[in-house]
Amino acid sequence: MKISREDVLKVAALANLELTDAEVETYRGQLDDILTYIDKLNEIDTSNVAPMTQVVAAPADGSDLREDVVVRGDVITEVLSGAPDPALPYFRVPRVIEK
Amino acid sequence: MSVPTEWTIPEVRKALDSRKISARELVDEFYRHIAHRNSELNIYLALSPERAYVQADKIDAAIAAGDALPPLAGVPLAVKDVISTHGIPTTCGSKILKGYKPPYDATAVTRLEHAGAIVLGKTNCDEFAMGSSNENSAYGPVRNPVATGRVPGGSSGGSAAAIAAGLAVVSLGTDTGGSIRQPGSFCGVPALNPSYGRVSRYGLIAYASSLDRIGPFANSVSDVASVMSVIAGRDPRDATSAAAHVPDYVAGLDRPLAGLRIGIPDDYFGEGIDPEVRKKVEAGIRLLEKLGCLRVSIRMPNTDYAIAAYYIIATAEASSNLARYDGVRYGLRVPGATLLEMYQKTRGCGFGPEVKQRIILGTYVLSAGYYDAYYLKGQKVRSLIAADFREAFEKVDAIITPTSPVPPFKLGERTSNPLQMYLADIYTVTGSLAGVPGISVPSGRTSEGLPVGLQIYGPALGEQRVLNIAHLFEKAGGAHL
Repeated sequence: MKISREDVLKVAALANLELTDAEVETYRGQLDDILTYIDKLNEIDTSNVAPMTQVVAAPADGSDLREDVVVRGDVITEVLSGAPDPALPYFRVPRVIEK
Repeated sequence: MSVPTEWTIPEVRKALDSRKISARELVDEFYRHIAHRNSELNIYLALSPERAYVQADKIDAAIAAGDALPPLAGVPLAVKDVISTHGIPTTCGSKILKGYKPPYDATAVTRLEHAGAIVLGKTNCDEFAMGSSNENSAYGPVRNPVATGRVPGGSSGGSAAAIAAGLAVVSLGTDTGGSIRQPGSFCGVPALNPSYGRVSRYGLIAYASSLDRIGPFANSVSDVASVMSVIAGRDPRDATSAAAHVPDYVAGLDRPLAGLRIGIPDDYFGEGIDPEVRKKVEAGIRLLEKLGCLRVSIRMPNTDYAIAAYYIIATAEASSNLARYDGVRYGLRVPGATLLEMYQKTRGCGFGPEVKQRIILGTYVLSAGYYDAYYLKGQKVRSLIAADFREAFEKVDAIITPTSPVPPFKLGERTSNPLQMYLADIYTVTGSLAGVPGISVPSGRTSEGLPVGLQIYGPALGEQRVLNIAHLFEKAGGAHL
């Protein structure tokens, strides 16, 4: 067993996920299985292989870049109309900074 | 009039041109049909009649005025629920986006509407496109119209099933590791995953950005080509969209196949493939040989590592992309005493089990101390898989594989073990990692009558050839092998 409950709790904290005790155990087992399977990648030597960081290489001359101009979206009201707690022109959240 | 269950784009045009039916009546018919079947099949999550009738009336007015009609005039379209549609609920099959209405349209949708297509509604899918059976939707699974006790495949199960059930004429899905091709195979309809960058992803709600693509389903390969001609091409709003020229995909469909070299990867026909699937795909290969293709045996030596590399890369990217669902700007918010508590509770309640599992895996492989061992290693293996394809395409014009090693399975049959579900994506994730186009076309049925799909891969931006082969395969009776 590679993965402990603590590992799952640490990762869940990094990902801002609240998990129940039962979920912690389920994901511990699944993560363990999958990481064990992924270990098969160690069978291949990749010391001389470059990572694939792009699928389609961008043109070197930057010809795919647009002009950097501001375009007005004018969607503030519509965007906020779908927010859980809007206060035009803001999204309201629980207090972060104490008085 | 009674409407056939399988319309094609040319049939829609003919019916409109001859005034047999108006666009409005056609929309009426499809909504009646949807009302009749949707409670059983669970294909549509939202319908957009207001918008559909506005578009239909525009088409009818153009017909009345004798104006030239755009290429997809009046064609009923279904859109996967991970693709943004202005004012139409877009949930990604997740509780966390319940009720969310995007303030804009995806470019693919804009282009299709501009070409005359009519958006009927949004189709069910695995939550955030994560799954191979549609059972990960927060709104219940879609049933396969061909065999209703079975899954339609995933993640674009609703879009594939909409075509198979005659509840749309064309549909859009998305594919990250097989999510267009596999449900196409399971529902017995042609389904294209275009090259990475060929179709703009502006408005596609991201799962794994280096893999995600948008592509069409339809009742014929020719219709898939027609949709591609509309949605392909550079979009200034998607920096990853390719500037390469878009050919007329329909024009090249009947090019003879004589002398074309088709590669058959021995590594793809080993263990784990269902014998009936294998038989039908081999019959498909023989049909291609009859059409003049030359069979070439090829090797794809790194295939065995594709699933592992894929699940590292896809989940790592997902953990980053899904960080935005925190209860602040859209969708669900579960209150908490602090901002952090609100984030944690919202995400804990809003995401389903598979999404949480992938976020956990993705966060783990990116976390301090593990990056080199997992993410970097995955990216290196991805290079090797892309090289497998590059080298193969020096010897052959196309690669033929099964789409899925198994026919559609029963609902609930595979939900308990995620790893087992992942392993069935083997033939599709390789092409996803390499960025190449792949189409699934029906290649006969099993003895139980379940659809089998044959996959045709081409080199990057080689959609024209892939569609050409698929079209002639279909025309020669590929679906009835």
